[in-house]
Amino acid sequence: MGSAVDKNGRLKERTSISDTNLLLTITVVVFFALYLSAVLLLGGGFTKPQNFLNILNNNASLIVLACGMSLVMITGGIDISVGAVTCLVCMASAVNLEQQGGSMFSIIVIALGIGLAFGAVQGFLVAYLGIQPFIVSLAGMFFAKGMTTIVSKEPVRVTHEGFLAVKETRITVPGLGSNNKLGEYIPAYVEVGVIVALLVVVLLFCVLRWTKLGRSFYAVGGNNQSANMLGINVKRTKFLAHILCSLLAGLGGLLYFLHVGSGDVANGAGDEMNAIASSIIGGTLLTGGVGNVIGTLFGVLSLNTIKRIVSSLGFDEAWWSNITVAAMLCLFLVIQSIVLLRKKK
Amino acid sequence: MSEQIRKPEDSLWKRLTRQQLFIPVAALLLLVVFNLVADPSFFSVSIKENSLGNPVLSGNIISVLDNASELVILAIGMTLVTASSGGQDISVGATMAIAGSVILRMVCGGEVTADTLHMPILLAVLVGIVVSMCFGAFNGALVAYFKIQPMVATLIMFTAGRSIAAWINNNQLPIMNDISFKYAGTFLPGIPVPTPIFITILMIVIFWLILKFTNLGLYTQSVGINANSSRLNGLNPQMIKLLTYVILGVCVAVAGFMRVSRSGSINYSRIAENIEMDAILAVALGGNDLSGGKFNIYGSILGAYVIQFLTTTLYKYDVPSTALPAYKAVVVILLVVLSAPVVRERMSRIKKAPVKTEKEVA
Amino acid sequence: MQKGAVLEMHGICKYFPGVRALQDVDFTLRTGEIHALMGENGAGKSTLIKVLTGVYGKDCGEIHIAGHEGPAVIRSPQDAQNIGISTVYQEITLCPNLTVAENMFIGRTKGIGTNWKMMNRRTREILDSLGIPATPKQQLGSCSIAVQQMVAIARAVDMECKVLILDEPTSSLDEQEVEKLFGLMRDLRAKGVGIIFVTHFLDQVYAVCDRITVLRDGQLVGEYVIEDLPRVQLVSKMLGKDLDDMADIKKESGIDESVVLEGTPVLEAKGLCSNAGIKPFDFSIQKGEVNGFTGLLGSGRSECVRAIFGADRVTGGEVQMDGKSVKIKKPLDAMKNGIGYLPEDRKGDGIVGDLSVRENIILALQVLKGFFKPFSRSQAEAFADEYIKLLEIKTASSDTPIKSLSGGNQQKCILARWLLTNPEYLILDEPTRGIDIGTKIEIQKLVLKLASEGKSVTFISSEIDEMLRTCSRLVVMRDRKAVGELTGEDLTQSKIMDTIAGGEAK
Repeated sequence: MGSAVDKNGRLKERTSISDTNLLLTITVVVFFALYLSAVLLLGGGFTKPQNFLNILNNNASLIVLACGMSLVMITGGIDISVGAVTCLVCMASAVNLEQQGGSMFSIIVIALGIGLAFGAVQGFLVAYLGIQPFIVSLAGMFFAKGMTTIVSKEPVRVTHEGFLAVKETRITVPGLGSNNKLGEYIPAYVEVGVIVALLVVVLLFCVLRWTKLGRSFYAVGGNNQSANMLGINVKRTKFLAHILCSLLAGLGGLLYFLHVGSGDVANGAGDEMNAIASSIIGGTLLTGGVGNVIGTLFGVLSLNTIKRIVSSLGFDEAWWSNITVAAMLCLFLVIQSIVLLRKKK
Repeated sequence: MSEQIRKPEDSLWKRLTRQQLFIPVAALLLLVVFNLVADPSFFSVSIKENSLGNPVLSGNIISVLDNASELVILAIGMTLVTASSGGQDISVGATMAIAGSVILRMVCGGEVTADTLHMPILLAVLVGIVVSMCFGAFNGALVAYFKIQPMVATLIMFTAGRSIAAWINNNQLPIMNDISFKYAGTFLPGIPVPTPIFITILMIVIFWLILKFTNLGLYTQSVGINANSSRLNGLNPQMIKLLTYVILGVCVAVAGFMRVSRSGSINYSRIAENIEMDAILAVALGGNDLSGGKFNIYGSILGAYVIQFLTTTLYKYDVPSTALPAYKAVVVILLVVLSAPVVRERMSRIKKAPVKTEKEVA
Repeated sequence: MQKGAVLEMHGICKYFPGVRALQDVDFTLRTGEIHALMGENGAGKSTLIKVLTGVYGKDCGEIHIAGHEGPAVIRSPQDAQNIGISTVYQEITLCPNLTVAENMFIGRTKGIGTNWKMMNRRTREILDSLGIPATPKQQLGSCSIAVQQMVAIARAVDMECKVLILDEPTSSLDEQEVEKLFGLMRDLRAKGVGIIFVTHFLDQVYAVCDRITVLRDGQLVGEYVIEDLPRVQLVSKMLGKDLDDMADIKKESGIDESVVLEGTPVLEAKGLCSNAGIKPFDFSIQKGEVNGFTGLLGSGRSECVRAIFGADRVTGGEVQMDGKSVKIKKPLDAMKNGIGYLPEDRKGDGIVGDLSVRENIILALQVLKGFFKPFSRSQAEAFADEYIKLLEIKTASSDTPIKSLSGGNQQKCILARWLLTNPEYLILDEPTRGIDIGTKIEIQKLVLKLASEGKSVTFISSEIDEMLRTCSRLVVMRDRKAVGELTGEDLTQSKIMDTIAGGEAK
C-alpha cells in the first residue's frame, strides 16, 4: 500500500480518504460545478437565491424519499415502492381530509401508518425470508398503485383550512431576498416541508455516524456474512432499514401532499427513480456499504439543477426530464461500476 | 461423508408437487373450476360479426388466448434473461412503447394521421426489431459488462423508455388507418381466429426449434448457475448474457408491433402498462427460479396464459383495470414467499419430521 | 462437565444434503491449553468450528461451556460471543468498508451510540501492543491481507473470551508474524484461556500445542497428548492408514523413472505472467510426463496453471505447443489446443450445480463442438454412461443434479468432462482436495495411467507425499515466483520443504 513507516516501525498517522468521503466529495464538487456553470452560462434566474430555494421547496419530499432509499441501499438493498407509497399517502390523506373530516393529526397518523405497514411487510420478506428486495418492492409498488385507485380514482383537491394554512406558510430566510422588476424587496422563503426534510437529513446523518444501528447498516452492506460473524444481527438490521425507508416514504408522501395540496394518481410518479438516481449521484453504492445522506441531499440538488438547465436550454417538453434522469443515472452507474471493477483488480 | 443419505420413497402427491409445472397447471385448474362453478357461460364461444362485417369467433376463452399473446412472447424472452443473468428486465413495457412508436413512425412516414402505408409493414417491423435489439443490447451490456444488477440496469430504460417513445414521434399520437396494418393485431380477412394467436404459435415454434437445434438452453443455464465454471469451460458468459437481452429485444419488438397493430395508434404512457410485472410473474408462475439457472420455457408460457385467464376473470367480475396491479402484487408475493428457500426448508422440515429417525440409524 | 474443562461437545452431528459432514463427534477443551484440531481437507474441522460458533445449526448433540448450567444454546455468532467464544477465521470476516477501529469494536459495545474517541484510543493501544502496522482511522480495505488478519486476531484477543478459536489463521502470515501470534497464544494460555487451533502446518502444531484431536471423514479419530503422538503417527491417523500401507503406486503402475524424456515439449511457456500477480515463469512438459507445482497456499501455484490455461488474463510471455507458437487468451483457446483444466475450487469454478451429471460431463466437449451443433440426447447419454462406468461415479442416474453428489463423485464428473475432450495435456489443480481416501488413490492411479498412455499431466496438491507419488518433476513456488525445480534424486519430502521454505528452514 506504500504506507510510510516511522522509526518505531509504526505506521504514520495518515488520513486516507474512505470510499464514502471520496464519493461525497465528488458529489459536492459536481453540484457546485453544475450550479456555477448554470449561473455563468445561463445567468438570469439562477443568480437569484429564491431560485435555489425553490429547488428545495419543490423537492422536500424527494429529499426525504432519497434519504430513506440511501439507508436501504447502504445495507445492500433497494426499495422501488417509495414513489407509489407517496402517491398512496397523498390520496389517502386527501380523502381523509375532504371526505372523512380528518385533521392534520389524522393525516400524519395515516402517512406514517401506511409507511410502517409497507416497511414491516417488505422488511420481513426481504430480511427474514431472504427474497430479493427488488421483487418485493416491485410488488409493493404495484400494490400501492392499485390501492391508490381503489381509494379514489378521481383527483381530490383539498379545501381543509388548517391544512391550507400550513401549506401556505412561508418561512423567510433572512438576508437572502432580492429586488423584483419594480424594485420591491422580496424576501426569500422556504416552505415548512423543507425544514422537515433538512431535519430528517441531519437526524439521519447523526444516526448513521454516531449510533450502533447506523454503523451496522454499513457493516451489513459491506459484507453481510462478515457482519454476521462480527456479532451483528443482520436480519434485524435489514428489517429496520426497510422499516425506516418506508416510514420516510410515508413522511415524504406527506410532504408531497403538503406541497401540491391534492390527491392524484399521478402524484409521485417516477419518484422511486428520482430517489434512486439521487442516492447514486450522491455517492451511495448499489452494492452497499458506502454512502452518506449529505451526499444524497446534494444528489437531489444536482439532479434538479441539471433538469433546470436542460429545460432552460429549450428542451422543456415533459419527456426530457425523464430522459435526463435516466442519462444521469446511467452515467453515474457506469462510473461506479468502473471504479469498483478496477478496485477489485 | 462420501456416502449418500438414501431418500425415503416419495408419495405420489409429493412427486406430483415436485413437478415444475405443478403450480401453473394447478392454478389454471383452479381458475377453470372457479369459473365453471360461478358462471359456466364464461366458456361459451360464439360467432359474431366484427366491425368489418366478417364472421369471427368471440368469447372469453378466445379473448384470453388473444390478449395473452404479447405476454406469452415477452415471457419467453424474460425466461432466457432470468436464466442467464439471475434478474429480470423491468423495461419491457417501456421498450414495447419504443418499438411500437418506431413502427408507427415508419408506416405513417412522420404524418399524424396516415391513410396509406408509407413503408411495407414487414420492413417497418424489421426496423422496429433492430431498434429494439439495440435497446436490449444496451441493457445487456450494462448487466454483462458493467456488472450492474439487471433490475437496476433496466430501471434506466424503464424510466426513459416511454419518453423516448414520445420523442420518436415528436410527442404526437400517429394514427394508421390502412386496414392491412391492423391485420396482425386483429383478424386476417376470412379467418375467424385472431391473428395474434397465430403469431404467438409461430414464435413458440421458432423458440422450440432454436432450443432444439442450438445450445442456447445449455449455455444460458450453465452461465446462470455458475458463470466462473462456464468461463473455464470455454463459454463467454458476458456474450451469452448480452445475447439473451438481445433476444428479449426481438420478443419485445414483436409484442410491441402486435399491440400497436391492434388499434393502429399508440398512447405512450398507457401502452403495455404494467406488463413487466405480468411477464415476471409468468416466469415465476412457470416454476422458474427468479435468481437464475435452470429454466422451463413452456412453464413460463403456461404461466402467461394463467395470468391472462386471471385478468379476464377479474375483469368479468368488474374489478377496475387500474386496481388490477394490487391483486397481482398479492399473487406475486404469495408465489415468491412459497418459493423462498427459507419457507421451503421449513415446510419440508415439517413434512420430513418422521424421516429424522432414519437418519440417525443410518 | 469434566473438571478443568472449559468446553465440551458431545455427539455432534451435522448433515448437508447428501453429505454427513459430522457424525457423533466429541470434543473437550480444558482451561489454559492450546488444542490442535487436525484432519485432512473435508474431515469436518471447519464444520465443527462453525457449529460451535453458531454459523451452522447442529442436527444433534450437546455443547456445554464452563459457567453455564445445562447445554449452551448457540444459534448465532452473537450467542457464541456472548458466552465467551471468539473466533478468527481463515478467510477474513471483517467489513472492508469500515475503519480498523470499527472492525475491532462493532457488534460488541453496549448502548446505542458509538464512541469514536474511545474506540480509536483503545484500538491505538491494542495495535501498538501487538505491533500491528495500521492506524485506527484507516479503512480496513486499504490494509494488506496479513494486517487484516492481524486485526481480526486482535479483535478476538481483546474480547476477554474463555474460548478462542483460530481457524487456519496463519496461512496469510509470514514467519515473524506467526511467531508474534504464537507469543500471544502462550500469553493467553497462561491467563487460562482455552485455545482451539486449526492448521495445516505440522511444525506449528508441535511448536505451540498441548493436545491434538484428530477428525477424519466427519468422525472423531481420537484425542491425544502431544508428547504421545509423533508426527508420523499423527499423519497416519489423519489419513486413516499407516504410511507403510500406502502402496507406492508409482512403482505399481510400472513407470520407469530412469527414462529421460526428451524431444519437443508438448507445451513450453517462457516468461509467462498474468494479472493475478505471478512473476514471469518458465515451464515445460514432455509427452507422457507428470509434473507438478508445489508451494504453500497463496504461493502462486494455481495462478501459474491458470495463466497457462488462459483463465486469468495473460500479461506477458509466450507459449509454444509442439514447437509451434500458440496464442491462449481465453480458456476456449486452450481447449482448442488440447488442454484441459480441473480447477482448484470445485464448487466455485468446477461444477455447474443445478445441471445434471450428464450435462456437466458433456459441457466442455459440447462447447468445443459449437453452438449450433448440440449433441442428441442419446449421444449425450452414451458419453455420460460410459464415463460414469469408467470412473465408477456413484450417482442415481445421469439425470441427477451434480450438486447432490458427494465431493469425490463431483470431482470424478469434472475429470470425466475433461477426459471426454481427449486432451493432450491435462492440468489438475488440487483434484483430491476434500475427497475420501479411496477416491484419492483412484485419481492418483488414473493420472499415472494417463501418462502411460502418452498424455501429459500437471498435478497440484497441498499434500506433498501425494505429489511425490505421482510427479517426476516439481516446480517449487514461493511468493508468486518459481524458485526451483526438483527432479529425480531431489524429490524427497525434506528437500521440497527446504526449497519451499527458502533453504533456511530447520
